[in-house]
Amino acid sequence: MKFYLWLSIALLSITSTAQECTYTLSGYIIDLHDNEVLSGATIIVAGSEDAVMTDSLGKYVITGLCANNYTLQVSHPACETQIVKVDVNSNTTRNINMEHHLESLGDVEVVAHAHKSKSRTATEAVVNHDFLESNSAASLGDALKNLSGVTSLNTGNSVVKPVIQGLHSSRVVLITEGTRLQDQEWGVEHAPNIDVNAAGEVTVIKGAAGLQYGGDAIGGTIIIEPEQVPVKDTIFGRTIITGATNGRGGSITTSLIKSYNNGWYGGINGTLKRFGDAEAPDYVLSNTALSEKDISVRLGVNKYRYGVEGSYSIFDKESGILRSSHVGNAADLSVAINSQEPFVVEPFTYDIEAPRQEVTHQIAKLKSFYRFDNFGKLSAQVDYQRNNRLEFDIRRDSDDLRPSIDLQLETFGGKIDFDYTADNSITAKVGVSGNYQDHFPDPSTGVRRLIPDYQAFDFGVYALGSKNFGKWTLEAGARFDYNRINAEKFYATSLWEDRGYDVQFPQFEREEFQNQIFVKPEFEYNNFSATAGASYEVNDATTVSLNYALASRSPNVSELFSDGLHQSAARIELGDLSFNQEVANKISLNFTRSTDTWSFTIAPFANFIEDFILIEPTGVQQTIRGSFPVWEYRQTQARLLGFDIDNNVQVTDRFEFSNQFSLVKGKDKTLDRALINMPSASTRNTITYHIPEVNNLKLSLESNYVFRQNEFPDTNFDVFIPETNTTELVDISTPPDAYHLLNFRSSIDFAINEKSKLNVGLMVNNLFDTSYREYLNRQRYFADDLGRNVLLQLKINY
Amino acid sequence: MKNFRNYTLIALTAISLAACSSDDDADIPEIINEEEVITTVTLTLQSGSETIVLRSQDLDGDGPNAPTVTVSGDLDVSTVYNGSIEFLNETESPAEDITEEVVEESDEHQVFYTPSTGLDAAVTYEDFDGNGNPLGTIVTFTTGDTAGEGTLTVTLRHEPNKPNDGSLSDAGGETDVQVTFPVTVE
Repeated sequence: MKFYLWLSIALLSITSTAQECTYTLSGYIIDLHDNEVLSGATIIVAGSEDAVMTDSLGKYVITGLCANNYTLQVSHPACETQIVKVDVNSNTTRNINMEHHLESLGDVEVVAHAHKSKSRTATEAVVNHDFLESNSAASLGDALKNLSGVTSLNTGNSVVKPVIQGLHSSRVVLITEGTRLQDQEWGVEHAPNIDVNAAGEVTVIKGAAGLQYGGDAIGGTIIIEPEQVPVKDTIFGRTIITGATNGRGGSITTSLIKSYNNGWYGGINGTLKRFGDAEAPDYVLSNTALSEKDISVRLGVNKYRYGVEGSYSIFDKESGILRSSHVGNAADLSVAINSQEPFVVEPFTYDIEAPRQEVTHQIAKLKSFYRFDNFGKLSAQVDYQRNNRLEFDIRRDSDDLRPSIDLQLETFGGKIDFDYTADNSITAKVGVSGNYQDHFPDPSTGVRRLIPDYQAFDFGVYALGSKNFGKWTLEAGARFDYNRINAEKFYATSLWEDRGYDVQFPQFEREEFQNQIFVKPEFEYNNFSATAGASYEVNDATTVSLNYALASRSPNVSELFSDGLHQSAARIELGDLSFNQEVANKISLNFTRSTDTWSFTIAPFANFIEDFILIEPTGVQQTIRGSFPVWEYRQTQARLLGFDIDNNVQVTDRFEFSNQFSLVKGKDKTLDRALINMPSASTRNTITYHIPEVNNLKLSLESNYVFRQNEFPDTNFDVFIPETNTTELVDISTPPDAYHLLNFRSSIDFAINEKSKLNVGLMVNNLFDTSYREYLNRQRYFADDLGRNVLLQLKINY
Repeated sequence: MKNFRNYTLIALTAISLAACSSDDDADIPEIINEEEVITTVTLTLQSGSETIVLRSQDLDGDGPNAPTVTVSGDLDVSTVYNGSIEFLNETESPAEDITEEVVEESDEHQVFYTPSTGLDAAVTYEDFDGNGNPLGTIVTFTTGDTAGEGTLTVTLRHEPNKPNDGSLSDAGGETDVQVTFPVTVE
């Protein structure tokens, strides 16, 4: 290197002649690996004494240059020094990429914590690696619940769906390592199939501002990214073992990453979880055991200019569904609601019996990028996903071990994105993506298909960008999506006619078989979505941003095609073929004030959703099994208003206080009443005490108060109880009371050797063993929620 | 089957792409006739030459049409009737007799007969499972000496607690069938 430098200097001193020298050379110094700007980098112009440093935005300016070929020596404390040649004929802009891996060499965690905003103006929240690790034994939904504005919709304790500012399921898009998770998230009891331990960081965009990920994320986007791998000869990993008293089980997860200086790397991550029946304070929650096995591997090369990675992951989870939640009909449901205790309380066991779910999700992926100097980065990806879902119900013939539901969803996807990186005051991204999906419900179950056979085609194209004007940042984007769905379905002829489909959709009819009719519905949707926002930096500490997002979501297959008895839920569910898209207009404001000792964010939002699709009870239907509540999907005009507050005060070096508060109010404007299943207002207050000199001891106490949901629609109905010869009200509407939980967390570090560290954590959830029921837990009718849980966690980094 | 279907799909796609025509109806998924459904419950009460049939029939299963409930006649006071019950799935042809399955797995089933307060009648179990607990596909139905009107509810429970005190609330389990018949005793 030095040789070239001196040679250049020598050459330059010879060729330089007197001329007009008024040109300016400027640009940004950018970290090659994560596109972060580098402040404090030194640029020396060879042959002169000129040396400049980059400012806090990573920008450098060299003035008084002549028309010439210059050689720059660029150095930064954390990088390898580079020699760059630049032609200057006029005022020139030149961004310089640097290899920023010396710093990550010394401390791997620095890389893991680097966070890049996904959107400049939308409201975002991040779950960091530490927090994910302390929730190693929990589900993704549980880990995210700690963010303000994120709640969960549960079917028992192991089937947990994230809810973002009141919206969930198809309205929340999950992106795992750049791939949109195509699992069967249509209904409440379909939890996302993600192992939290494979994630390095999780970002939640509240609202539809993440246009590059999809235009239908009316609720928000959850982005899961793996740990970054440094370009360096190293091997590192970690093992986390968690034991829990509630469920008398635990989890073990281990990961190992090997990387080389030449850019090649490989990683493996495995998780095993096994729990027995969970326990409420007063009884065992029979048949709530859980077993999970996950593995992910990746192999790739990350060079200066290009990179390729292949990866494969499998997620396999088997979970029991509370035995007592399986009721026969509405009369049984009424008895269950009025009874304080569940019907079935058996002694504790690890066995997982029917009703239970078994879900296997596999993702295989190949992705690559190529970087163009002074222009941008082109990324391409192809992936294949296979989701197999088995639901075992209690069958009348108990020797029949077939699942009642056996669904297989296969998705082939591909996408190309181009990221413009030549100017640091601009971000710009364009991309196209396409998907083909095939859904196959196996007829060998002998149970009529809940979700039909279908093929779906999706095609999307987007462009978005932001530009920085001093204190202002403006952001805008647009996306177009084409969705097509071709389904093949048998309807009960009586239902087909009862719903008026024979008049409305005669073109779908193909053939009649006794009391069933075979139809081939075909639907096409064109969805437009857009976002626009502005952010203003009031001063170093304070930023205000405003974002508007327009999102459109096509109705999903369960909203369109559901028909008939959903056994495990003891209800008849009816979709509607005449649904059109949901269109949401969301405005969100984000005010952030952040100093060394105090950070505060308040983020109010208003979301107006046209043709919002919801499911709620509409009445009772008589069958030979008795009467069943009918839950019908319908469309309405909805309005969601709310805000999230995050407040973090560093009282002293050791003492920290944090507070969160979230509120959503959902209104059905068509019927002028509250929307069903809106999360209750909740607040979370934590005090943390940190003693660094005592092995980095951290103690924290968290108080979580969930208010009673006072705004709900009255969807109660009457049912005849033959035993008492009376008609009784089935109260399925009234939310449970408010509750307050105290949680304790502590952790301490022990050095094992120079490189390895043992971290021991002790956590107690629901410290006082409080009995409570949560409005958004579908099993609240049948049993209390989880009682006290003491967790001991050992974490070894090596 | 899955493979076959995949091959068919590939072939069909290839044909439709080549012919540039929309796909035809040759590829119909396998039809499923609900196996778990019971469409028809028939309780036959017999005393001497008199036979009274109480029937509930719901041919569309869980579909929107309500069951049709028929009672062929009134019962006499102070009479002992021999009762037998039959469960059918008539969505299949020929109809499947679910009663056989109930009898085969007698320890996992029990039929409950619940007369309403206005009905002076008592039901005695005449068949039992392997453990000697009542099953209820064969019963004796005895009317008292008071005439009146009321309802008789027949409930088939799957996996009830056995033994139980004869009440539905004590039995637990899942309801497979619950039918309420209007009954008059003269």
